[in-house]
Amino acid sequence: MRRRPSFWLLAACCLASGLVLLPLGVTAVDAAGAGWATAGALLFRPLVGVLLINTFLLIGASVICCALIGTAAAWFVERSDVPGRRLWAVLMVAPLAIPPFITSYAWVSLSPALEGFWGALLVVTVSYYPLVYLPVAAALREMDPALEETARSLGNNVPAVFFRVVLPQLRPALLGGMLLVALDVLVEFGAFALLRFRTFTTAIYSAYRAGFSGAEPALLSMILLLLCIACLCAEFLVRGQARYGRLGRGVRRRASRYSLGAWRWLAAAKFAGWALLTIGVPAGMIIYWLAQPGNAATAPVAATASAVAQAAWASVYLGALGAGLTMALALPLGILAARYSGWVVTLLERAAYLAQSVPGIVVALALVSLTVHSIRPLYQSTFLLLLAYAVVFLPLALVSVRSALMQAQAGLEEAGRSLGLSRAAVLARVTLPLAAPGLGAAAALVFIAVTTELTATLLLAPIGTQTLATQVWADTSTLAFAAAAPFAAVLAVISMAASWLLARRFGAASALLVN
Amino acid sequence: MKRYAAVILATGLVSSPIAARAQTLTLYSAQHEQVVGMLTAMFTKQTGIKVQVHTGEGPDIASQILQEGADSPADVFFTENSPELNFLDEKGLLGPVDKSTLAKIPGKYNASDGDWVGVLARENVLDFNPAMISESALPASLLDLQKPEWAGKVGIAPSDADFLPLVSALIKQDGKTAALAWLNGLKAGAKIYQDDESVVAAVARGDVAVGIVNNYYWARLETDLGSQKIDSKLYHFKNGDIGGLINISGAAVLKTSKNAAAAQKFLAFLVSKPAQQALGESEVDFEYPLAPGVPPNKLLAPFKTLQPPPISVSALGDDQEAGLLLQQAGLI
Repeated sequence: MRRRPSFWLLAACCLASGLVLLPLGVTAVDAAGAGWATAGALLFRPLVGVLLINTFLLIGASVICCALIGTAAAWFVERSDVPGRRLWAVLMVAPLAIPPFITSYAWVSLSPALEGFWGALLVVTVSYYPLVYLPVAAALREMDPALEETARSLGNNVPAVFFRVVLPQLRPALLGGMLLVALDVLVEFGAFALLRFRTFTTAIYSAYRAGFSGAEPALLSMILLLLCIACLCAEFLVRGQARYGRLGRGVRRRASRYSLGAWRWLAAAKFAGWALLTIGVPAGMIIYWLAQPGNAATAPVAATASAVAQAAWASVYLGALGAGLTMALALPLGILAARYSGWVVTLLERAAYLAQSVPGIVVALALVSLTVHSIRPLYQSTFLLLLAYAVVFLPLALVSVRSALMQAQAGLEEAGRSLGLSRAAVLARVTLPLAAPGLGAAAALVFIAVTTELTATLLLAPIGTQTLATQVWADTSTLAFAAAAPFAAVLAVISMAASWLLARRFGAASALLVN
Repeated sequence: MKRYAAVILATGLVSSPIAARAQTLTLYSAQHEQVVGMLTAMFTKQTGIKVQVHTGEGPDIASQILQEGADSPADVFFTENSPELNFLDEKGLLGPVDKSTLAKIPGKYNASDGDWVGVLARENVLDFNPAMISESALPASLLDLQKPEWAGKVGIAPSDADFLPLVSALIKQDGKTAALAWLNGLKAGAKIYQDDESVVAAVARGDVAVGIVNNYYWARLETDLGSQKIDSKLYHFKNGDIGGLINISGAAVLKTSKNAAAAQKFLAFLVSKPAQQALGESEVDFEYPLAPGVPPNKLLAPFKTLQPPPISVSALGDDQEAGLLLQQAGLI
């Protein structure tokens, strides 16, 4: 017998998915409001050409760099005898805990020569290569060594085995990671704005500032949205066929490691150098600027202790509320996706994942445009900002919520029901306690993401609200690097500490769930 | 007895929590954040009226106010350049400023219809690096910088709000064609920066020999670095050259303000002696206070020695044409 979701569950899911689709709709309506003639004039002009070239060049270059570095690092960590593998395994993922605009701040304050394409490529590569490293390392761990051994025994040397046997098996993981890099490059705003590199996000922001919520930013948003959705669809297709069959999942041996001989010290040195570049430079530059006198005159925001404390409080406060609202929207969708099936379920879930392709700047712009006249009391309110966070980070929460609920066995819920508990009581007394560690991890992920969020906050923060991210932004925009340093330092510490705690807790929790 | 009653009534009004809560002024500001922070703190201390501030670039905030229309939460608009105020005035969004406030500032620095009041003035200057170019080699006119011999030596920030008034003034003085030719010359030869802060930094580190900026960006950099460390100086255009244009920073009350009385109080405060003196003494602001007899920061050239072009603030108008021209030249 197929179970049907209750009316209330469906209603909550429709609300959540509808909320995600709302910015898309508003942007489309705003763009259509321009009329053909205006739209043509705005779209077919040199600026759009420059943006397309900048965007494609950067995506192409950064995807290749991330793929090369991510794959090489994964192979050396997983399959070679390079010394210090455990340390490198941690350090290679650590850049994910540093917001890209903080990395950008560090590099641009090191040298103004990094403004523009090469700086953007550098920042994107050091920030996003873990998106390739992680799936590729996981695929290497899962790989059956028998194939490689067969290839070796047939006379292939190590490089030939890698290119003819290992790489083809890595393809799904590698392509998926590369598309994630491309998508993240498309939606990134702060890092490029600080590097004065023009992409669609920065152009949308300029158009918004110059004309507020008119047709121009909406039209640019539409182009960006199409590019993002194309990336997301490609990623979905790659993931769909991402299965390299292995008949008879018998006991698989652990793959043996290749011995690098004396070269392993060189490999270790390269890992150290790379860690210095990705983590050492951001940390070092923040510490350097902390030691400098604090731009008393050039800084728009003086970095007094109370200003830093206020901004930190605002960031954490918004992070907590944002995580709460996002979880409230993700939970019904997660329950629906994990416990029910059917086309309605698939449709609602896919709609929510679509948010992954909607850049923060587009969400924020749509919400401004919607509320400035129509839903007046929400304009410039904290709730509107939280709503934007919820839309942007719903997919992030949904992935974890869904897997947490999948691991809580449905049979136990049915037992609860058969013993006379109501649906609500089953949810409160069986499902949620079982899924609690996974749900906690999801909330923590969203908390970190909201606390370090810049774009939506910049457009939607209520008058008088400044977060750590917006203060770093304000000071760095006027080159007052020393004044920005305390805000950047607190932001980086919160982000890294929360990520570290999460990794530890989530690791332990997932081990518990598996056992 | 009557006097006591008045005192009790007055203190009651000031200290009553209801009155304090009701009185919150919303200020849309394009002025330097630290300066506004100092001013609003002084104002709140003096009147008990709280001020919440929304900060941005002048033209951006002007278009935001225009879009928000009758719904705008803004009570006061305080900005760095007069064209943005003229723009909102033309759209009929500004209410008249109290006569007594206008009277504190020389009439030529206020709106001709009395809808905004001048607060501070800044000078356009040429920032130069003496290690790269000697003062005697600097041009007599800003217009010379479009010439090929200056190619690669000039830094500009056309997307900075402070660049627009210069273009507006040039349109007024020589017409659109000449202004566009000047912009095209700069587009071909000048190095483009994001904002005036980047231009003064570029001149100081020797990226370019000269930069077109407002004077206070240099003063702020000099204050931060100390006079020994900064390798740049200011050159003032003379004889009414367009390059010596004076930008007026002013404030207005929005017609739609729901706190008009408090908003007028804030404007009166901005031009009052204590506020103007604090601005003149500030080590962050470096603008000329417009109230007569208030001395500016010692880093600035005396106001009387400046020789700006004879273009009044009302003749300067809004900066819509200038913005279009910059787009046409491909500079923004």
